[in-house]
Amino acid sequence: MGPIRWRVDKPLLYALLLLAALSLVVLYSASAKDVNVTISHFVRLLLGFAVLIGVAQVRPELLERVAPWVFGVGLFLLVAVLGAGAISKGAQRWLGLGPLRFQPSEIMKLGLPLALAWYLSRGGLPPSWLRIGVALVATVAPALMIAKQPDHGTALLVAASGLFVLFLAGLPKRLIAIALIAVAAATPILWGHMHDYQRNRILTLFDADADPLGTGYHTIQSMIALGSGGFYGKGWLNSSQAHLEYLPESSTDFIFAVFGEEFGLIGILLAIALYGFIAGRSLLIAFYAQDSFSRLLAGGLALGFFVQFFVNIGMVAGILPVVGVPLPMMSYGGTSILTLMAGFGMLMSIQTHRKIVEF
Amino acid sequence: MLNIPLKDYLRETRIFNARLGVAGVIVVVLTFILLARLVYLQVIDYRHYATLSQANRVKPVPIPPARGLILDRNGVVLAQNFPVYTLEIVPEQVKNMRGLLDELGKLVRVTDGDLKVFQKQLRERPRFEYMTLRSYLNEEEAARVAVRLPFLNGAELRARLQRHYPFGGLAVHALGYVSRISEQDLDRIDKSAYRGMQHIGKLGIEATYEELLFGRVGFEKVETNAHGRALRTLERIAPTAGKNLYLNIDAKAQAVAEQALGKRRGAVVAIEPATGAVLAFASTPTYDANAFVNGIEPAAYKALLEDPDKPLINRVINGQYAPGSTIKAFLGFADLEAGNSIDMNRSVFCAGSYNLPGSAHQFRDWKKGGHGAVTLHDAIVQSCDVYFYRLAVALGPERMKNFLAPFGFGRATGVDLPAESSGLLPSPEWKKSRGQPWYPGDTVVAGIGQGSVLVTPMQLASGMAAIASRGLRMKPTMLKAYEDPRTKERVEAPATLIQEISTKDRRNWDLLFTHLMGVVHEAHGTATGIGRTSPYHIAGKTGTAQVKAVAQGARYDEHATPERFRDHALFVAFAPVEDPKVAVAVIVENGSHGSTTAAPIARQVLDQLILGGPADARKAAAVPPTPPKSVEDEE
Repeated sequence: MGPIRWRVDKPLLYALLLLAALSLVVLYSASAKDVNVTISHFVRLLLGFAVLIGVAQVRPELLERVAPWVFGVGLFLLVAVLGAGAISKGAQRWLGLGPLRFQPSEIMKLGLPLALAWYLSRGGLPPSWLRIGVALVATVAPALMIAKQPDHGTALLVAASGLFVLFLAGLPKRLIAIALIAVAAATPILWGHMHDYQRNRILTLFDADADPLGTGYHTIQSMIALGSGGFYGKGWLNSSQAHLEYLPESSTDFIFAVFGEEFGLIGILLAIALYGFIAGRSLLIAFYAQDSFSRLLAGGLALGFFVQFFVNIGMVAGILPVVGVPLPMMSYGGTSILTLMAGFGMLMSIQTHRKIVEF
Repeated sequence: MLNIPLKDYLRETRIFNARLGVAGVIVVVLTFILLARLVYLQVIDYRHYATLSQANRVKPVPIPPARGLILDRNGVVLAQNFPVYTLEIVPEQVKNMRGLLDELGKLVRVTDGDLKVFQKQLRERPRFEYMTLRSYLNEEEAARVAVRLPFLNGAELRARLQRHYPFGGLAVHALGYVSRISEQDLDRIDKSAYRGMQHIGKLGIEATYEELLFGRVGFEKVETNAHGRALRTLERIAPTAGKNLYLNIDAKAQAVAEQALGKRRGAVVAIEPATGAVLAFASTPTYDANAFVNGIEPAAYKALLEDPDKPLINRVINGQYAPGSTIKAFLGFADLEAGNSIDMNRSVFCAGSYNLPGSAHQFRDWKKGGHGAVTLHDAIVQSCDVYFYRLAVALGPERMKNFLAPFGFGRATGVDLPAESSGLLPSPEWKKSRGQPWYPGDTVVAGIGQGSVLVTPMQLASGMAAIASRGLRMKPTMLKAYEDPRTKERVEAPATLIQEISTKDRRNWDLLFTHLMGVVHEAHGTATGIGRTSPYHIAGKTGTAQVKAVAQGARYDEHATPERFRDHALFVAFAPVEDPKVAVAVIVENGSHGSTTAAPIARQVLDQLILGGPADARKAAAVPPTPPKSVEDEE
């Protein structure tokens, strides 16, 4: 037997460690050299890696068994949060558990792909119409509840993760085509139902200068930060945009702008290579996986991770509207690092518990 | 995977791999779009953005809006804004902090306390933020600094509008106050809407109507030099001032109520029965709201917290008291409705105490020896306890609760103020849910407003207003109207009917009016002391609520009891009986007697609201000594 063998996927682990180290360097600068913030982020990373290693030791069969329960608990907590919000007559995303504050929407980021992978793989692929219908409801319901909190960023991520699993499971092409046409047709109607601030965020994409102090402010400042970083960057701790307080939310949603300003295109290429490597490795794990549950789960998580960094960087670079999606690993605050790492733990579990030797 | 046929497994693999392939291609394409965009920003458009970054000396500076005023119903200003000068420093722009502080110390008085607070900000906040060194500079100090300002890099003189309550503590529990935005506030507000703001409404009206009062922050695009000093304004989006709020409160009546309560702990609420408008809202002791505006000093706050008189408690909506005999006004209506004494002459004999059948426990009447034969009218006028003990037992706890609930007891009245208490209307069910049985004795004492029943002064006044309007219970409202300070466009707050109290016979209201009027205007009435001199008719009910239980066989001796254990004095009333304009509830903690302590306070407030000032003694004589038989003739 020999000594205990930790089941980890080394390439993924090393890439994540590298990204974690980078995040501390950037956050220290973005938070205006706030040691407390940096230490607090470091602690979260440590916890995150512990969760990652722990989850990676769990057999995928167990993941499959708990999948519907995770979803159920997540859904229950979401309803509880909505109820509590209704009582306090204010927006509410948090559930207080003693000193911990927890966002149930974070559970859904994992709970939904888990549950759908479990549910769709049970019926065989491609899924029946009934199963597609149930899966769509299971995707839309929690997403709507999260959107109502209101947390449109997370709602988007959760909805996307559900749709990815459906897509990978073999959603009929006809249905995809119909859905795309329907979305295109519904856009004007949706536009009519949007809040002014939501419309402004989208209009800002086409002309950020239209409202430079209002909606366009975030985008203009983050584009200035990125653009003025140039090819080589201004150097660590030299982001004038962040330090002169022009760039809002510089250590949370807009941290990538600080990174781009200080490390330039070279740094950005490195970061995107890292993110791309992690997403690619995750997709490869999905490809190597040997049963439908593992495949769907791994694929859903991989694409979910990709969407999260794509949407965040797209928003910072001014090609996507400003929605509150943090940059995975880098952005400060919240419990998102823990869910993210738990997700990678699942990927590692799938990769390291395979029964047949690689092709 | 192993328990499905190989054919299916291969099929599933094919489907999944095809889809994964498509996804992979999309991922690669999107990543390249992202890269292309970043290359565009950082390489092709680099010069453009580098210039912008260099020139990013153009900074949007938030302009705080003027907070709406709070006025009474007649336009007396209760909360306003005062311009104050503050001396602030942006540490990032300072080369030699010690030198700058020395120099500033020569121009204005900077105390060690100021320095301590400043050093704390210096440690904890980013160096590019404005940090306050001194507030409340007077004109002379401000002028001295202004002249030297070009030589004081990093120092800034700023004029801020600060909340000010001209009457200090007047109606402080109703108004609340604004104070510094705290961590908890940041969690619930829209941070971008409050950019540049330091204050937010914390309690009372200031909190309830924060949105109306606040307005909207404006912005100024300011060009600054390398030191961050403003050179010129390029563009300005004016702030939108908050709305001015008119309250239903009458500041004069409010002052009369607070002065009448004086140094005692207590509460006075006056409500206009027809609309629910809250005319007076007094809770004493009060405290000075201005102390909180810039963050109260810890020692002063501690003193307020530890004050045994508990000035911070809003007794009107959070003080929960046993209603004592004031409950008889409402149970009297229950008696009429239940048909027990529609016959005005049916009487009960009161021998000074009451025993439940088969029990030796004596429930005493407040009058030793008893009241003799009493009708409902006598029982209310003289506040006979035995009559109401019997009534309570006859009705039983459930029916009693069902009669009292429509008057608003046991539930928050919904007045437009935060965190109102609901009081407590007990029932056997409620007691069971707490693991205790309901004893027959619980029913008996409920008849005189003792036991576990609890009411707030606001509930008492609202219930009394419901009687005065013959069953139409309106929602108590603080806000009368709000007005846009610029356009003068005025929006009146609506009156809301909460409940119409059903009655079998509308004449029961008239009977109840007559009974309650007897309390004040008949020779044996418990509040005859205020009735004799009143130029208008008052209907009321006195009450005394026990604070400390008196043992069987013992008698309560006021003078032998320490002040804190003396009974609470209560009085509820409305007037004029013929056309009720005001309903009022008064509670004086440890005031001993409703008739001698609480009733005169109510009378002063009624005089102010009905007559516009103290009653003329000569006019009082014109009132006939006995009231008319029934007010139904008036209709």
